[in-house]
Amino acid sequence: MFRITLIIFCTLFAHNAIAENTIDKAPELKDIFYGESLFYSFQDKNFDAISKLDAELGQFYNLDNPSLDPFNQQISHAEFSVGSFELAYRMHQRAGRAIKAIMESSLNQKIRNEAAYRLAQIFYRKNQPGNALDILENIQGDMAEELRVDEIYLRAQVYISTGRFVEAIDLLKSIEKEEKYEGFILYNLGIAYIQNDEEKKAILALDEMGKISSDDRGVLALKDKANLSLANRMLENGSPAQAKKYFTRVRLNGPFADRALLGLGWVNASLGDYKKALVPWRLLVKREITNESVQESMLAVPYAYGQLDYYGQAALAYGRAMDSFGGEVDRLQASIKSVREGKFLNVVLDKQSERDKNWLHNLRDRQETPETRYILSLMASNDFQQSLQNYRDLAELGARLSYWLASLDVYVELINIRQKYYEPLLPVVEKQFKKLDARIRVRLSQRDRLDQRLKSMVIARRPDYLATAQERAAQDRLAKIDLYLSNNPQHYSADVRARIARLKGVLHWQVNNSYHDRLTNAYKQMQTLDIYINKLNQVYKSFVRTRQAATQSYEGYDIPIRQLKTRIQANQVKVNGIMARQGQLIEALAVNELERRRNQLEEYQIKARFALAESYDRATKKQQKDEEEKILQQIEQNKILKQTESAENIKTEQVEKAGQDEQEEEQEEEQEEEQEEEAESEAVQ
Amino acid sequence: MRKIILALCAMLLLNSWSAIAADVTKEQIKGLDEQVQDIKKDVIDLTAELLQLEEKLLFPSNSQFALFVSLAEAENLRLDSIQIKLENKVLAYHLYTFRELEAMQNGGVQKIYTGNIRTGEHKLIVSYTAKAVGGSNTKQSGSYTLKKEVGPKFLEIKIGGPDAGEQGIEFKDW
Repeated sequence: MFRITLIIFCTLFAHNAIAENTIDKAPELKDIFYGESLFYSFQDKNFDAISKLDAELGQFYNLDNPSLDPFNQQISHAEFSVGSFELAYRMHQRAGRAIKAIMESSLNQKIRNEAAYRLAQIFYRKNQPGNALDILENIQGDMAEELRVDEIYLRAQVYISTGRFVEAIDLLKSIEKEEKYEGFILYNLGIAYIQNDEEKKAILALDEMGKISSDDRGVLALKDKANLSLANRMLENGSPAQAKKYFTRVRLNGPFADRALLGLGWVNASLGDYKKALVPWRLLVKREITNESVQESMLAVPYAYGQLDYYGQAALAYGRAMDSFGGEVDRLQASIKSVREGKFLNVVLDKQSERDKNWLHNLRDRQETPETRYILSLMASNDFQQSLQNYRDLAELGARLSYWLASLDVYVELINIRQKYYEPLLPVVEKQFKKLDARIRVRLSQRDRLDQRLKSMVIARRPDYLATAQERAAQDRLAKIDLYLSNNPQHYSADVRARIARLKGVLHWQVNNSYHDRLTNAYKQMQTLDIYINKLNQVYKSFVRTRQAATQSYEGYDIPIRQLKTRIQANQVKVNGIMARQGQLIEALAVNELERRRNQLEEYQIKARFALAESYDRATKKQQKDEEEKILQQIEQNKILKQTESAENIKTEQVEKAGQDEQEEEQEEEQEEEQEEEAESEAVQ
Repeated sequence: MRKIILALCAMLLLNSWSAIAADVTKEQIKGLDEQVQDIKKDVIDLTAELLQLEEKLLFPSNSQFALFVSLAEAENLRLDSIQIKLENKVLAYHLYTFRELEAMQNGGVQKIYTGNIRTGEHKLIVSYTAKAVGGSNTKQSGSYTLKKEVGPKFLEIKIGGPDAGEQGIEFKDW
């Protein structure tokens, strides 16, 4: 039994020790949207975190060359994060697949080792230590330094669960001094020793654990558990004095204080010291009535009184216990009714619980759920917590689906409005755009031609390309005059010809002499032109995208929206069905536990009733006995009195007789003296 | 002595409750849990598609503009509120809860605004109130000219840090 208890303890605490191990600090961000999903994850909004990071990863993998994207530098971290978020959202199946994919990839060995560690952790949590071990065997080379101790600790836990105790002990000893798992290592070491049939070492380890000093609430609770387990073990071994030592080590305000107080009382009772047994029990009896230990102590206190022959007090205490049990049975009955009416589930889903991070813990303080105080141990179980969380998650999924369904209706309306607005407008815009587009194309080709010319002029000098319009007009005019003169030479003199040649020369000089300046200026002009061309291109692109966006804002949505709506509705049906079943399961678990406690209390009531009657019996018998004893005493006393009286009478007579005798003797003596005196006097005479 | 054993058994039974409960409904709980995981996966996938549709419909890439707020590493400021103005009009205002602040201190980035703006230059003014380490109240304000081009624009507003200058705000284009 000791082993079973400890294994259960081990299992319970293993979860706490691992403490999720999700991402607790963001790395230096290479992608702002990754930071956004971490923002949600740090607030436990895991659904948002997963869906956003999934979308971002999807976009990343759809890139033509993802390795060039900065996000590539932390893609493995992001993949782990998805797995972590999914774990936190209790999606073990999907988290496992994602991490396994990394493990089997060609990534760096340390990253793959980390993936293996995390996957093994998932299997261990799912109570599949064999699979966890297989995964851990895949780890090759060194682990990342920050995970070294975690990996050893997990491996040790897996070894314990798979029966490799010696190896587990060696591993746990190798990290005994590590602060990260302070207390947990000692505790697991104790368990490994027990499993390896080394009880003395186990007790030493647990004893050391039971004396550990820490500020950590988890470690302190574990310390209490270690002491409680050792106390139970000592009782089983028939060493109540040792058990007492361990019971007294348990803190009075810890989660195991009630059980320790109850146990301490029984230890004292077993030693026959009922007065000392009453001390912890009377302390316990004042605590929360719904606690099983407290309820048991309500029977234990009068039992001790009875053993001390205080039947009156015992009867009174039994009476009080019966009253309390009666009240509690009524309360339990009402609670069972309340749970069956769905009120418990309503509280689980209400807004107050939604805002509260510790909603599950604080549920017991809610007035609407008096029943929760009776199902604390049930609520502490993983299965029940998982079921409650699943129920809340399903409600959240349902709300999200309803939101999206309503949103899709709004989007359909929006699309219709857009269609009505754009459909008559776009053809006109399109017509104007076509005209402008043609003009833009002409201008762009002009610019390209000019650019080509300028480039060619760098290689071959072409001053004529840089002549001004006026110069080109003058050149044309001179060419026309020249042509006329050559056709009509008789009308003009040589002087005219010379003037024309001079004018041609002037023009030639002018164009050729300023060629370099003109070329430089042309480049500058081209640069200025390019600025405008760029602006034009921007406006052009913007227009094209806007036109495209306008078209896309209402076209092509009908089928996708219809399909999405159908999928939402199908999922809604599924969610509602699963939620109903999950709710029924939670209620059944709660009602079973409440009924178990009610039955227990009813048994206690019967016991108290019999014990009360027995106390009265004993009290009456004692009273009768006392009276009889009194009578007997009185008789005895009377007898003694009578005897005393008769003795006194005799004494008096004797005294009187003695007095008379004395008197007679005195008289005789006097007479004798007189006779002697007379004889003496006669003799003298 | 019998009573002691009974009491101890009761204690031990209490410890092993979870195991008993698990045995009773183990298959049922496991089966339901798997179904819940499946439906979660379906809804997450569906949500990803719906988010894409929403973004395409409401925030087309040519006009999309998103603002993010983050805290510089090791920044001990307790951010109370932030106000963002674009062209002198309030764009976003946010009061921080403890959990949001904690998430940002751990490196999370808050997407505070998503909308649409025209291409070109826009003046952005960011003001925040916070409590410094010593408990004194701080109020800072900073401005930034953002250039919106044809593609989507993502701007991070980082509070505090070594590059934040006197105004205590650093702007980063993504």
